[in-house]
Amino acid sequence: MPDVEPVPDAATDPFAEETAIPYEDGVYEDGNALAGPLSEIFAVDVTAAEGCCTGCGTTGPIARLRVYGPAPGLVARCPECGQVVLRLVRGPDAAWLDLRGTVSLRIRLGE
Amino acid sequence: MARTAISGRLGERLRWRAATLVGQRDETPGARTLAFDVPGWPGHLAGQHVDLRLTAEDGYSTQRSYSIASAPDGELVELTVQRIGDGEVSPYLADDLVSGDLLEMRGPVGGWFVWRPEQTEPVLLVAGGSGIVPLMAMIRARRQTAAGAPFRLLYSVRSPADLIYHAELQAPDPGLESTFLFTRETPADWPRPPARLTERDLAALAWPPSAGATIYVCGPTGFVESAADLLVGLGHDPERIRTERLGPTGG
Repeated sequence: MPDVEPVPDAATDPFAEETAIPYEDGVYEDGNALAGPLSEIFAVDVTAAEGCCTGCGTTGPIARLRVYGPAPGLVARCPECGQVVLRLVRGPDAAWLDLRGTVSLRIRLGE
Repeated sequence: MARTAISGRLGERLRWRAATLVGQRDETPGARTLAFDVPGWPGHLAGQHVDLRLTAEDGYSTQRSYSIASAPDGELVELTVQRIGDGEVSPYLADDLVSGDLLEMRGPVGGWFVWRPEQTEPVLLVAGGSGIVPLMAMIRARRQTAAGAPFRLLYSVRSPADLIYHAELQAPDPGLESTFLFTRETPADWPRPPARLTERDLAALAWPPSAGATIYVCGPTGFVESAADLLVGLGHDPERIRTERLGPTGG
């Protein structure tokens, strides 16, 4: 039962109008929900990886992104600026992973 | 042991496994725990979840994510499913399964909203409604490993009848302090009137920010946002607050 997303303040956020639109419904999950779908592609858990957003430079775990979906695919946005960080669409015989908003991913590995 | 479970995944993509229902019990009028036997289960960490896939006879298939409720226990995996009235999947899981039924399960997944028995710092768990499920796995894993980390739980529900794991949470568990908070209806003679979680509730129960506690918050989106904001307002480091929202696809 998602609450309505607060409307960004136009006085302090020049992109308030743009970023307000996708948030209107407030229906999102967090990046933890990407763990299953991404496990089809990656051999390590990517939700604990630190990602850097191309929109605002914020760094944080993929688990903190806001995920919209599931149809036609999962769209993960930066919780700070709303930038689309990644998109994942699973077709019958392929997955389409779009990392357009990701500067980098820091993936912790064993020694 | 937990590390082995994780590193065992390296080089091996997660696959769907057959899960056989071997037991179920009602937790509240709306929530039921389902116990599955999952041959080949690699073990899990408290806080991780699984994807369940259901396929109808006509081939229609759908999947949902559920938090694991149980501590690691061989090939046994317990989930607690909250029935969502008009949901497509949860009423089926909560009402229509019988022992021996076969589902497909993929997991465990998620490496961020987890608690490991090696963690020694204090832990604050903040649960809203069925958000208690992954936090209960942490409480159970702590008990199972006799881990020394002190735990505090703040569990918010609408009414006493909605308390999942009520008896287990009331049983003595040294090092765990549980506090229940009711938003609409309280037990008789309850000192706190029914109300949503406030800063005062958290201030009274949370470890001081200087304790360096790790905080896990799980519940409906609005609850999680509100609790996380209040905790930051109380001076807790956002980096130490881990959140998991119960998403809209949980039906």
